[in-house]
Amino acid sequence: MILEVNGIEFRYKSKEILKDIKFGLKKNEILSILGPNGVGKTTLLKCMNAILKPKSGTILVDEVDLLKLEQIEIARRMGYVPQRCEPARLTAFDAILLGRMPHMKWNISPEDVMLVETTIKKLHLEDMALSYIDELSGGELQKVSIARAIAQNPKLLLLDEPTSSLDLRNQLEILDTVRDIVRKENVSAIMTMHDLNLAFRYSDKFLFLKNGTIFAAGSMNEITPDMIHEVYGVPVTIQNYMDVSVVIPV
Amino acid sequence: MPDPERDIASRYREHTGRKRTYILTGFVLLVVTAVLSIAVGSVDIPPQDVVRTLAGYSVSTNWDNIIWNVRLPQVLTAIVAGAGLAVTGMVMQSILRNPLGSPFTLGISNAAAFGAAFSVIILGAGSTSSRVGDAVTINNPYTTTIMAFLFAMLVTAVILAFSRFRGTSPEVMILVGVAMGSLFTAGTMFLQYFADDVQLAAMVFWTFGDTARASWEELGLISAVVAASVIYFTFNRWKYNAIDAGDETAKGLGVNVEKVRLVGMMFASIVTAIIVAFLGVIGFVGLICPHMARRIVGDDHRFLISGSIITGSLLLLSADTAARIMMQPYQLPVAVLTSFLGAPTFIYLILKGRRI
Repeated sequence: MILEVNGIEFRYKSKEILKDIKFGLKKNEILSILGPNGVGKTTLLKCMNAILKPKSGTILVDEVDLLKLEQIEIARRMGYVPQRCEPARLTAFDAILLGRMPHMKWNISPEDVMLVETTIKKLHLEDMALSYIDELSGGELQKVSIARAIAQNPKLLLLDEPTSSLDLRNQLEILDTVRDIVRKENVSAIMTMHDLNLAFRYSDKFLFLKNGTIFAAGSMNEITPDMIHEVYGVPVTIQNYMDVSVVIPV
Repeated sequence: MPDPERDIASRYREHTGRKRTYILTGFVLLVVTAVLSIAVGSVDIPPQDVVRTLAGYSVSTNWDNIIWNVRLPQVLTAIVAGAGLAVTGMVMQSILRNPLGSPFTLGISNAAAFGAAFSVIILGAGSTSSRVGDAVTINNPYTTTIMAFLFAMLVTAVILAFSRFRGTSPEVMILVGVAMGSLFTAGTMFLQYFADDVQLAAMVFWTFGDTARASWEELGLISAVVAASVIYFTFNRWKYNAIDAGDETAKGLGVNVEKVRLVGMMFASIVTAIIVAFLGVIGFVGLICPHMARRIVGDDHRFLISGSIITGSLLLLSADTAARIMMQPYQLPVAVLTSFLGAPTFIYLILKGRRI
């Protein structure tokens, strides 16, 4: 287990948002956090790297409790890709170089520059490496954001709805990239997802949130139409088309 | 299009090298402008004699006196104040995530002006004399300066207190700043209403930002504060880049966004307070210069900090020199000129720029 989460509880003011969250993740696995709008998927993801501080519980990454670490120590272990990255007058190279921040002392080293170059090649971003990110499209910006998280050299990638507001082609490209990285490098990934079909296609495990806690969790093939009906309140059927499960509302 | 055959890292190094060249060019331009600025005035001194005098080889005692006691302090004051205002404007724009951020966004200059008005009216620090070009003097400049500084710091304290209760979001800081600004403007109007002619003149005169006001000691104090903040900002340059990418991205990179925002704002407030207290209100430099620098070196704070410093120094020094010579024998306070230049420059930047 690269990640073990136990008894996470989160409150906003006095309102309980998350309670009794418990799950684990192995190396080279992708976990999708699923559930309706406003159930706390993003909150859970932000608790994972302590952007939001859970009230109680432990998050062990390689048996180290994250909640006892400094934010910069967490940044060395986890790369976080928010839903939206703000564009600025920086080149994509500069933006990805930011991922080396948790590891640098006073300034970047030649190794940092080489590592960014490797990351750019890994993600096939050569063509836009020296473009300014305020001139990139939404899909390109999202790839730069993921590249930055990978440049952090993390054990775990956290992605907050990586495909929202992207077109079909970009959705597939982004998730292909994430899956490639997870398979080839020694990382795992957790992402929040709305699109169940993309979740089926790209993740190994799932976690359904309902009423602030885990309703069901396991491998993707354990998802049943009843679960989806319970969580989203929509009756569905799950069909198999060319080895891919497809969710169809009925 | 760049040559795809060459490796990305070397193309990137070329890209950053270009930015260094821009900054170096700007620096050389600043030094040349400084020498020329010392050379011109009611007595013209040949630039080579300026350089000789500055290098310690006296050319004439009269010129020594003009250069060392009058023009050099004013030129250096313009350089340091321009740098300080521009760099704090740049930091404000970053930490408040707002392109309209400037040293005055938080109502600091309004509070300083109120402090000056307060010292003139309540503490009786103003009077007139009939010297040419300087019809009103402030009897006790230190009272005025200290009051201006105290009120500027009071606003800072109020904003810090609000940040503590309501969180350090850019919105809270900007809204509290705007509220404080209008509160102190109202306070100044109230005082002005009850002032007599002399007091009113002294008050208004104080608000015209003027670089000729600072002596060597005051220049030293301003320089020390500006230098300290530039060192702090440089130390945090990567963090500002991260915050530009969004608060969440920055937090994910291990940046304590709240702390960077709070401490950055404190430094910016102190720099603004000390410049306003000694020199009066010099508008627009802090707003415009960072945007000019952004258009040349981009938003990367590794280059933007020095870029803003040089742009600010160059702009305020040029404006100051122009203000000094354009209406001889009268010397206009530089703030009149920066405000005149500021508005059209800003509109030009908006019209020409893809974005500001």
